[in-house]
Amino acid sequence: MRGQLPRWVDVALLPVLNVVLAFFIAGLIVLAVGQDPLKAISIMISGSIGDGYSLGYTLYYTTDFIFAGLAVALAFHAGLFNIGPEGQAYIGGLGVILGALALNGMHWALVLPVMIVGGALFGALWAFIPGYLQAKRGSHVVITTILFNFIAVSVMGYLITRVLKPAGVNSDESAPIDPLTRVPALAQFTDFFKHTPVNVTFILAIVALFVVYWLVWRTKFGFAMRALGHNPTAANYAGISNEKMIMIVMALSGVLAAMVAVNNVGGVQGRLILNFVNGAGFVGIAVAFMGRGHPIGVALSALLFGMLYQGGQALAFEMPDIKKEMIVTIQALVILFTGAMGEMLRIPVAGIFNRLSAPSSSGEGGR
Amino acid sequence: MEQYVTLVQILGGTVRLAVPVLLACLAGLYSERSGIVDIGLEGKLLASAFAAAVASAVFGYAWIGILFAILAALAFSAIHGLASINFRGNQTISGVALNFLAAGLTVFLGNAWFHRGGFTPQLNGPQRFFPITLDTLSAPLDYVALPEWVPGIDWLRPIVQFLLYVIELPFYWFGRLVALVLGWVASNPIGEPLVNQLLLGHNIITYFAFLAVPITAWVLFRTRFGLRLRAVGENPKAIDTAGISVSRLRYQALIITAVLVGIGGAYLSIAQNAVFTPNMSNGRGYVALAALIFAKWRPGPALLVCLMFGFLDALQIRTQGATLAGLWDAINWIFGSWLPAIPAALAGIKTYEIPVQAVQVLPYVLTVILLAGFIGRAVAPKASGLPYTKDR
Amino acid sequence: MEGLNQSSEQRSQGAAVSDLAIELIGINKHFGPVHANRDIHLKVKRGTVHGIVGENGAGKSTLMSILYGFYHADSGEIRVDGVPQKITDSRHALALGIGMVHQHFMLVDNFTVLENVVLGAEDSAMLAPTLDKARNQLKKLADDYGLEVDPDAVIENLSVGQQQRVEILKALYRGAETLILDEPTGVLTPAEADQLFAVIRTLRAEGKTVLLITHKLREIMAITDEVSVMRQGAMVKTLETKTTSPGELAELMVGRRVLLRVEKGPAHPGKVLLEVEHLVVTDDFKIPRVKDVSFSVRAGEIVGIAGVAGNGQSELLESITGMRDQQSGVVRLNGVPLSLEGDDGAARARAAGLAHVPEDRLRMGLVTNFAEWENSILGYQGSYGKGIGLDIAMARKEAEEHIRKFDIRPPNMDLKTANFSGGNQQKIVLAREMERNPDVLIVGQPTRGVDIGAIEFIHNQIIKMRDAGKAILLVSVELDEIRSLSDRILVMFDGQIVGEADPATADETELGLLMTGSHPGRIADAGPGTLPAHETPVQKTLVERSPQDNSDKGTD
Repeated sequence: MRGQLPRWVDVALLPVLNVVLAFFIAGLIVLAVGQDPLKAISIMISGSIGDGYSLGYTLYYTTDFIFAGLAVALAFHAGLFNIGPEGQAYIGGLGVILGALALNGMHWALVLPVMIVGGALFGALWAFIPGYLQAKRGSHVVITTILFNFIAVSVMGYLITRVLKPAGVNSDESAPIDPLTRVPALAQFTDFFKHTPVNVTFILAIVALFVVYWLVWRTKFGFAMRALGHNPTAANYAGISNEKMIMIVMALSGVLAAMVAVNNVGGVQGRLILNFVNGAGFVGIAVAFMGRGHPIGVALSALLFGMLYQGGQALAFEMPDIKKEMIVTIQALVILFTGAMGEMLRIPVAGIFNRLSAPSSSGEGGR
Repeated sequence: MEQYVTLVQILGGTVRLAVPVLLACLAGLYSERSGIVDIGLEGKLLASAFAAAVASAVFGYAWIGILFAILAALAFSAIHGLASINFRGNQTISGVALNFLAAGLTVFLGNAWFHRGGFTPQLNGPQRFFPITLDTLSAPLDYVALPEWVPGIDWLRPIVQFLLYVIELPFYWFGRLVALVLGWVASNPIGEPLVNQLLLGHNIITYFAFLAVPITAWVLFRTRFGLRLRAVGENPKAIDTAGISVSRLRYQALIITAVLVGIGGAYLSIAQNAVFTPNMSNGRGYVALAALIFAKWRPGPALLVCLMFGFLDALQIRTQGATLAGLWDAINWIFGSWLPAIPAALAGIKTYEIPVQAVQVLPYVLTVILLAGFIGRAVAPKASGLPYTKDR
Repeated sequence: MEGLNQSSEQRSQGAAVSDLAIELIGINKHFGPVHANRDIHLKVKRGTVHGIVGENGAGKSTLMSILYGFYHADSGEIRVDGVPQKITDSRHALALGIGMVHQHFMLVDNFTVLENVVLGAEDSAMLAPTLDKARNQLKKLADDYGLEVDPDAVIENLSVGQQQRVEILKALYRGAETLILDEPTGVLTPAEADQLFAVIRTLRAEGKTVLLITHKLREIMAITDEVSVMRQGAMVKTLETKTTSPGELAELMVGRRVLLRVEKGPAHPGKVLLEVEHLVVTDDFKIPRVKDVSFSVRAGEIVGIAGVAGNGQSELLESITGMRDQQSGVVRLNGVPLSLEGDDGAARARAAGLAHVPEDRLRMGLVTNFAEWENSILGYQGSYGKGIGLDIAMARKEAEEHIRKFDIRPPNMDLKTANFSGGNQQKIVLAREMERNPDVLIVGQPTRGVDIGAIEFIHNQIIKMRDAGKAILLVSVELDEIRSLSDRILVMFDGQIVGEADPATADETELGLLMTGSHPGRIADAGPGTLPAHETPVQKTLVERSPQDNSDKGTD
């Protein structure tokens, strides 16, 4: 028997400690190349939430990471490790641009639902195929979603450069979306955000947090999904179709991932460009693990990574030796400590708590 | 005849391109046979490619590059082992974390050290491995020039050099012998491309990789270590109750994994290429993993699957910028007279240029197709992916 | 092997000093808050068969695992041949001449017998010489002890009895002088058990010491020279087998007088509720496991399926309950054929009124990471709330009722299910399946790994369901359980029903022969509905409430 810990320790303290540890090690790495990690952190903090301008950028990144994080988290509740939000978001961009260009010129409030549905369909399809292969053919979803990221790059590369690129345009991108049709930036409604890319999709992301919470913990579907995630045999026993669930959950995960495209293609860029996802899908993995799959956790960790990314841009100006790949490193450390090495801190913390709570009990020490 | 030469060239390319996948695949074989799923192969490959290029650039010798490549892979394996053996964490998650760690660290450190946007300096001379050819095999024996940074007393130098000379001698004579035989084979037009493109023209790591296949088979099925390795992946409790440490065996497997994947990474940056470029492993670790599943965790079939991927890669390189006409000609050449002539209406098809993306995507699509079946049931080692605990 | 030989020399020197093969002095072991072994003293004489009995969770297996070096005692001393030893690990125990055959075999399924035998006891880095030597050695051991087994056979193709032989051979090959057998007959047919006893007698005749751990008193009486009784982690008493009786042992085991039978009134079978016709089912590898099975179960009767584990019972249960596709055949409920195709067939079976208490509650019946209340609706989640929303309040109300009616402890519906004891976990499953008032209840291994108090409760609940007019199909590898609960026994062998018997008249030997497929003809068909009203005076090993329900947690 492992010592029982108070709930708040499991839910809050340990994740925070793990994240702190990840940042501490990242700091050591920065130190190792002769840079000052404390200075870097202060630049990043002021550069990410110091004023409305930087906060606007931070929230733009946060939007991406919430969607990608929810995509990974949702699949993980069903026991599926979806490493493919990157590709799913990329392909989702195709649905968004097709929807937007079909209704180009109309008011954004009318076109936004179409962009969402278009992106959702394409993203869902791209995630559904690995789901189908897992359910029906037993090919592991981890490897297939990774491969589908590579395939998405080629497919989109071809489509953008050879099909969607209008004649007479030099750069590799689709035709632009009319400013009236684009998802409007929040700056259009309030001066606070100045000329920053954060847009209406951010509100959509907040809504998605609530919807995912409701879906996972308040519906029969969510119940079945979690049963499958914890114990597929028991799910089969309970009459829950493993195959159908895998395919549906993967498709839903793809829908969430594709919303990254609404933010970028429909909003910020206003056109489909090469590699617009730019790693946001991968950040989602770290966000989901750090947030322990719960929407509140996902929101907080998405915000943290949003700060990292925006702060990282600020950092690039002032400390050019710290490249943005440092953030990928932090991402890796966060996944490692919160996702795979949770036991490492749990054991000493449990030891401390056992000692505090039961100083007189004779039989301590877990198996 | 021209097609024959082309074919042999493609086969030579197949061998060259299969090497990193093969080494990663064999590396994965050890860890997966011991019960540890290694998604992190990709990251280990990338990290060791980087370490090899850096060490080789700094110290000036390719062999030192290999050494550091292995050290880097060992460090990654240690993290992987700590997470999945000691802390019983999820092996897939820790593997994914390692992949990100490699992607981030290599570029970050590379840029901090060399300021070339993540690239390492171009390598040349003894900093990299070169193809072995008839000429190099029969070249006169050189004294090995000791590098400047080797510390030591002056009078020691000639002694060390003499010793190195003595060590080199048998290899030299062996090389002469091989050169003699192959030179004779190469003297006729059929043998010439075979020798120069297929048998020779590869660097030493390539030969090592192919040698590693029978060695792995031998270790796995003929030795005590192999028996225990196979057992621990199937039923770790059987190992534990026999009084053998499960953790120790798994760490041993991870060490072998690191050595092989480290050499594979070094091959990428200091043998096949002469520089480290960001993300140069480019999914080969994942492809190796898929190959391993397709080969059902056996070394012989693993070689064949990796060669198949190499072949595809070689074809891909040859078809860059080609039109369908080339493909049509190739089909014609193979199936010859059985095919009807192209109808005039479809003649336009011949000029259609094959998109570069379509060719690039081929290995990944093929991997998906392989994974999706047509291979019968792939039964993984029973305990793979599961951390071992003594609890019920 | 050199090292092993040396240590056996040491042992023979020690033999002059002491006639005790094993002596345990003051052994203590905790698992977290559970005190699994308390101050255990035990003396085992060389060349005897020494039984250790106790109910589930009494700490027998823990004690033996300590002796075998698998766990470390918190305190206490172990003497082997009179010499105090700190046994560091299993390898050390083996070197001291202690071998163990675990309840769950520690074999590598896709290895040959030979490979399994040498695993961990290889002489050199190369395999070939060891394998050659082991082959000869096995031949010799087979001759000496009657342990015939093909050295090149792959384990997964062997019967359970043969696999057990491999385990014994493994220990003997390593030079074991003392052999620990942990619940060795649990998976064996009566005939196989008899063969095992013959082997044990030979071992004793050859001067080996055997420690037999079991909860079956019959076996203790049949084979042991001395017997030690454990209860709640403590050693109660050691007796000479000749001087004791099953009644006395049972009393010692549970701490008070024990009733040795199940109270059960006569059955009143009504109309046929469950009908299975020509059912054919394959396993995951497309190998047929159920081969043309037909039978029916009436309202108000319990039909028990007896058989050695692995003869198609699991696949039969799984296909009737919709968890596994059938190749052909029909399952009818109330005369209506069930459509069970697809991997959500279980939902349709439930909807039709078929409840299922699965063989393996941890693997199938429960999501151990779920809170108790969540598991109390597992499988029925669709009926809680309208639309897609889940009516949590309703589910919790029902969970509360289950806890009250089935006395589930601790009564905390928010506790993770993994933290309940085996018996209480089983009660969670039973409450869920029975409280739905199904027409047909399918029960697999209802009391596996369950403490004694809960066993009695579970048996009574099953009989209550029968008396309420439900049709009950019971599958168990515990022949005693089948005989004491069933109104009709079907014997399954190699995927077929090979016989039907009346529990009142069937004798164990005949059932055993049927279970191994070696009976010349079927036992006379009792015929449905013709059962005489009777009590079942079959001796059950144990039926009484144990003083502490949760004592099995974390031990054994």
